[in-house]
Amino acid sequence: MTKIYEQPPGLSRRELLTRGTSRAALITAGTAATRPQKGCGAHTPVRKPETMATLIRLARDIYPHDTVADRFYAIAVKGHDTKAGTDAAHKELIEAGIADLDRRAGEGGYRGLGWEDDRVKILRDIETTPFFQAVRGDLVVSFYNQKELWPHFGYEGESYSKGGYIARGFDDIEWL
Amino acid sequence: MAAPYDLNDDSVVVIIGSGAGGGTLGNELAQKGIDVVVLEAGARIEHEDFINDEWDSFAQLAWLDHRTTGGGWRVSKDFPNLPAWIVKAVGGTTTHWAGASLRFQEHEFKTLTNYGKVEGANLLDWPVTLAELEPYYAKAEDKMGVTRTNGIEGLPGNNNFKILKAGADKLGYKECHTGNMAINSADRDDRMSCQQTGFCFQGCKWGAKWSTLYTEIPKGEATGRLEVRPNSHVVKIEHDDSGKVTAVVYADKDGKLQSQKARIICVAGNSIESPRLLLNSASSKYPDGLANSSGQVGRNYMRHTTGSVYAVFGKPVHFYRGTTMAGIVRDEARHDPSRGFVGGYELETLALGVPFMAAFLDPGGWGRPFASAMDSYANMAGLWIVGEDMPQEQNAVKLHGELKDKYGMPIPDVWFTDHPNDVAMRNHAYKQGEALYAAVGATRSFPTPPYPSTHNLGTNRMSEKARDGVVNKWGQTHDIKNLFVSDGSQFTTGAAENPTLTIVTLAIRQADYIAREMGAGSI
Repeated sequence: MTKIYEQPPGLSRRELLTRGTSRAALITAGTAATRPQKGCGAHTPVRKPETMATLIRLARDIYPHDTVADRFYAIAVKGHDTKAGTDAAHKELIEAGIADLDRRAGEGGYRGLGWEDDRVKILRDIETTPFFQAVRGDLVVSFYNQKELWPHFGYEGESYSKGGYIARGFDDIEWL
Repeated sequence: MAAPYDLNDDSVVVIIGSGAGGGTLGNELAQKGIDVVVLEAGARIEHEDFINDEWDSFAQLAWLDHRTTGGGWRVSKDFPNLPAWIVKAVGGTTTHWAGASLRFQEHEFKTLTNYGKVEGANLLDWPVTLAELEPYYAKAEDKMGVTRTNGIEGLPGNNNFKILKAGADKLGYKECHTGNMAINSADRDDRMSCQQTGFCFQGCKWGAKWSTLYTEIPKGEATGRLEVRPNSHVVKIEHDDSGKVTAVVYADKDGKLQSQKARIICVAGNSIESPRLLLNSASSKYPDGLANSSGQVGRNYMRHTTGSVYAVFGKPVHFYRGTTMAGIVRDEARHDPSRGFVGGYELETLALGVPFMAAFLDPGGWGRPFASAMDSYANMAGLWIVGEDMPQEQNAVKLHGELKDKYGMPIPDVWFTDHPNDVAMRNHAYKQGEALYAAVGATRSFPTPPYPSTHNLGTNRMSEKARDGVVNKWGQTHDIKNLFVSDGSQFTTGAAENPTLTIVTLAIRQADYIAREMGAGSI
């Protein structure tokens, strides 16, 4: 078996969050790499806890990794909360999108649907909407770019400071 | 005169861009005692400052100026404002490139002759042959320290290579090795050897991979004949009444427009910016843009027929460890129309980190199929397909009709649609790649679509006759004697091989020509 030689060091969540969301904007818009981020002091939570809970459920349904804790999904979607605090159009996009999910789900709302298949069926119907695209486009960066999550995938991240892999298993495959 | 040079010094050769073409040409000319000013749009970031992190490095190095796309390619849908994954920094895309350095094959210089007329393709023979380029290929390989040339050993194979090799053997492929790489396998040219760090695409922090940033450019500067001006974004080339080019207008680090006079101007801004600049330099004398009497400036945009195959195995691979691309299968690079397409392709190892794998494995993908693929990341192997694509006139870098950059110049609008030959080749390569991995026990594989283009080619192509292309066999424009093109945009066709070695080869040869013609007083 190969083994991981050392766990990568982590960054603060705030830093991850800030980086993650700006890069997601880059991927979807292509031009927003240098978009300035609001300072932490300007941030006020603007949405109901239920909205956040639905966003986390939605994020799990988009990228379902069953052994990954909720907190990683919470970090990943928190950028929408921050952005909604300063951007009324984004707030409306998210709030209306969540409301639409609940409406489509019927009584009990989106989170009330017990089976993933039933929720995914709804998502397939809305996957081309700006709401879904905004959530997924952000999430693909804000979720997978979390350094603390990389060990889950067996990815070791930065390696220069450890001298690369020349003495740390670049050619250690044994099962071939 | 010696560097730095005055804006009004009209004796200098001005080179626009400092990558494989511009950086090499600048050093070669400086070594011959010719005064050179290299204008580079990006900043100067030394290799110690490169970042082992995919998104952070992307923000540090990538060319992120606003661009638009059109046509049938999937990149236009998934990354509508990111047609290309190239670099805006001193050293250009030689900071990001993987290092694969293969000579073109003889038949690839004569595609029209060897492939015949292909419907919808704008094939043309190069006005040069492999035999003419061989001495320059040899110089380039020595300069860049290409493995398996000049007695330089190959790189050791990493886990990803070992899987590729085992699969290639099972399929009966004969030519599989760790590549001809411009990455030091031992200390050479005052640069250290590869430490198997990965992150080749993020700039080599050791300087083991050849880049003009820490080879050609400092060597040229040491002569006192080369000045590199970073943060100098060229917006326009000017000419006199006789039609000769005379000056380059650029925005300096403060965004202020400056004009650098020049005896000769060489454009090496990669295949999107180079034609854009020629088109944006239109004047009453040249209403269709500079050097565009053929109408071919910006046309025949090629990006190689690419794609990737990632495969999942029952046990760990850790394919991100080690040199990103040190592994190749060359057996499919031949021209063999019995496979259902003309031209050929290479299979080269490739690995992405988790952040980029998520972005590129299946852009837009989500749900359990996607997440379970990511969960298998540690057990993945991967390869990249790089094959010859067909030049097509309508695949083009155009000027956007409305959108302008902050200097008031129209932004580039990049159009591309696969030719049926490209599709047939890619499908064949997907099949071979999947079979290769299945042969060594892959349980699942992914035919991953092309990424934003790193190989951008053909938009100022070389031709024997002025009516067929933009430059002659020396990269000199057919229309304007003291205007040259020095990057991959001069490629007549793309061949199956990674382009950098050929760009460097042409730049070395072009420097000889420019020096000769300057000496003769003809330019």
